[in-house]
Amino acid sequence: MYWDREFETMPREKLRELQLQRLKSTVERVYGNVPFYRKVMDAKGIGPADIRTLEDLRKLPFTVKQDLRDNYPFDMFAVPMEEVVRVHASSGTTGKPTVVGYTKNDIRTWAQLMARSLTMAGATRGDVVQNAYGYGLFTGGMGVHYGAELVGATVIPISGGNTDRQLMIMQDFGATILTCTPSYALFLAEEGENKGLDFKKLPLKAGVFGAEPWSERMRQQLEAKLDIKAHDIYGLSEIIGPGVSMECTAQQGMHIFEDHFLAEIIDPETGDPLPFGRQGELVITSLTKEAFPIIRYRTRDITMLTDEPCSCGRTHVRMRRVTGRTDDMLIIRGVNVFPSQVESVLLEFGETEPHYLLVVDRKGNLDELEIWVELSEKWFSDKVRQLEEIEYRLKSRIASVLGISARIKLVEPRTIPRSEGKAKRVVDRREI
Amino acid sequence: MRIKQISVFLENKSGRLAKVTRVLGDNGINIRALSIADTTDFGILRLIVNDPDRAYGVLKESGFSVNATDVIAVEIPDTPGGLAGALECLREANINIEYLYAFLTRVSRAALVVFRVEQIDEAVRVLREKGVRILDGAEVYNL
Repeated sequence: MYWDREFETMPREKLRELQLQRLKSTVERVYGNVPFYRKVMDAKGIGPADIRTLEDLRKLPFTVKQDLRDNYPFDMFAVPMEEVVRVHASSGTTGKPTVVGYTKNDIRTWAQLMARSLTMAGATRGDVVQNAYGYGLFTGGMGVHYGAELVGATVIPISGGNTDRQLMIMQDFGATILTCTPSYALFLAEEGENKGLDFKKLPLKAGVFGAEPWSERMRQQLEAKLDIKAHDIYGLSEIIGPGVSMECTAQQGMHIFEDHFLAEIIDPETGDPLPFGRQGELVITSLTKEAFPIIRYRTRDITMLTDEPCSCGRTHVRMRRVTGRTDDMLIIRGVNVFPSQVESVLLEFGETEPHYLLVVDRKGNLDELEIWVELSEKWFSDKVRQLEEIEYRLKSRIASVLGISARIKLVEPRTIPRSEGKAKRVVDRREI
Repeated sequence: MRIKQISVFLENKSGRLAKVTRVLGDNGINIRALSIADTTDFGILRLIVNDPDRAYGVLKESGFSVNATDVIAVEIPDTPGGLAGALECLREANINIEYLYAFLTRVSRAALVVFRVEQIDEAVRVLREKGVRILDGAEVYNL
């Protein structure tokens, strides 16, 4: 079942022509309208006229998250603000988020891509989509919402959390498709089981799970427990949000929507392009975005691409599950977390050289973050109350900067391991 | 009248208290009194020792978070109502006690109680007015 047969099954030769034409237009627009791109392209001596083939893409410099931060909040936008109808944001590596914008057309494109994605999971008119992705600055909630409405499904915009209510509504409203992070889906499944809910008797048939890494083992669990087909979806706000790539019913990798995005795999060390079948960092160039076009964005996600034909008939290349990151970003309960964010909070608290460790664990099916902080001399007091107050203040500040709650554990000085000057900041005990 | 108390931050894991006392012992420091306040995650060990400055230094060198605070040591008659009398006069003067702990000595028949209060001078004054004996540093360190 296709949402947009023409583009989803476009012969590759024709697709490449379309990509080239769209790439040229994108490069012209960013060069003309975004001072950042003009500057970095001028520095390399490249102009829009140098893009004659798709391979010429490699002449263009990469864009990294720091560039977005340096241009906070709106300087990466390629249209005047009057054209921007929506903004979203994701966590940055320190206090400030990364902001992205959408024109009316961008919102339409995104809805189209999400409609494609949901159709790949079997969504159609008459389906009831329980959308438990968070609504707000995070792209997940509204991304799914607009796509599901375009398909003509009934959307339950329940957003994340409140598990009892999720389960009640799932039964009472007859949800057929569940959209949320895979860990939350598993949590819902287990809470349902504990309450004696028999998912086999519910009309639920498919799940569209993303925003955090998961595994085949989790897929099997989700499919068995919820009695559904579980699909992996990929996206990031810097590119558009969810709907960059999506798994079809073959469940053999996610089709990247190549009529809108140009994907490369590079060696994260050298930046050199890698061929199909080789694992490396995913780099994406947007081809149709108006408000926030992006050139060769380094996603930091590790995966590999294949152009082998898929049994579903789609011609777009597929990316394997994301298996890791090239930076130290963690995804906890669907939220991007950088150790440097914790560091910035500790610096705010007057620590000059903070020593800390993020310990992530999965208890039941929910991620838990514990932050160990070495107690410095100046924080130490003989009064329990004072130490508990420090814990409390750190906890609330960290919750507001990270967007998720963490347990703070004060530890003795010099007990967090250091190695060759560069401290280890993360212990991830999750077995996904 | 102020006595120096040494506080040490301890994580709740085995062997930490043993380590502190070993460091003190190896440096010839004698413990006069101690108390531990504990929460689920950590504990605060409070110590009265014969040489607080040296104790502070050696514990710090051993990597502990250490802190020195002034406290007062009060002699409480070893009779029913002895402690109540001292506490009542502090309450009347609106002096809050952060915490206290008691210890017994070989030489005296009285109990000694360490008080941690914010307004030390005020506390000393009101206790004295009530005829409560307050020990000075040398007396306590050399018990």
